Amino acid sequence: MMLNYFDQFASPIFLGVPLIALALTLPWLLFPTPSTRWLSNRLTSTQGMFISTFTQQLLLPVNKGGHKWALILISLMIFLVSLNMLGLMPYTFTPTTQLSMNLGLATPLWLATVIMGLHNQPTHALSHLLPEGTPTFLIPILIIIETISLIIRPLALGVRLTANLTAGHLLIQLIATAALVLLPLMPTVAFFTMILLFFLTLLEIAVAMIQAYVFVLLLSLYLQENI
Amino acid sequence: MPLVFLSPIILCGKFVAPGKMADRPVPIAEKRLMDVKLGELGKWLGGRDFTPNGIIAASRRGYDRYYNKYINVKKGGIGGIAMLLAGYVAISYLWEYDHIKHDRWRKYH
Repeated sequence: MMLNYFDQFASPIFLGVPLIALALTLPWLLFPTPSTRWLSNRLTSTQGMFISTFTQQLLLPVNKGGHKWALILISLMIFLVSLNMLGLMPYTFTPTTQLSMNLGLATPLWLATVIMGLHNQPTHALSHLLPEGTPTFLIPILIIIETISLIIRPLALGVRLTANLTAGHLLIQLIATAALVLLPLMPTVAFFTMILLFFLTLLEIAVAMIQAYVFVLLLSLYLQENI
Repeated sequence: MPLVFLSPIILCGKFVAPGKMADRPVPIAEKRLMDVKLGELGKWLGGRDFTPNGIIAASRRGYDRYYNKYINVKKGGIGGIAMLLAGYVAISYLWEYDHIKHDRWRKYH
């Protein structure tokens, strides 16, 4: 009985294929390859504009060596934004609600930044474990704390994305159920619930975009420290 | 003078008998689906390429047709993408129907 609200996060299987397979491949259809023409269609031009503005914004603080990461970071951003936004449509499945997927995206990228930093400039990378100007007696404790904070970064990245999206979807389902059940009983209250649902949906759209952005931004920050 | 009467035939580039300007008949398997007569449907299905490569080529053709008709146009509107998303919602509903019907039958949620 109580399992019902969490059933939306289990990908249903049809003819042997789970819905997550369709949900993961759909963003590829929505971003067509730019043609070699000077003036492309409206969709490609709009997408190109957003992508170039965002790339410029994201890579501004990163030094030249980090620009090699531009392609993977921007692809990741496009992937996450499209997955999150598509999940807000009725009956669709959001793959980013699965912790396994988010950890799978976060851990290799974070580990790559750490290994690159330790390999290329170990002293500089390790110096991040101790902020400047700490009092001497705090040094041992602070190093331990900073190490733990470093290790916990991929977990934080993955769980942040999962939790935000899962909570949003659950809230939408709960409030929608409440509005639906109240409609025959107390129409006025149902009306206010529907207004609440409307604002919640707007919030979810914002959260979808923001969370993807935060994910990629933090990765670029970790890159900046270590490159 | 005789060249004037022969000029249409010379301009066509090949000799065609008058009254028979139609193309040679197309083999059934290569016709488009809308041109296949009902009786020929079995033969058409039998002649199509159902190997993985064939299926990929067919999806690529279908995608290109949709893209060039609705999206890759000078003043494309929201219709192109909206149809795609509506189709996605419909397919997701179909995928989840087995699960959703239990929600309808359930007494307590």
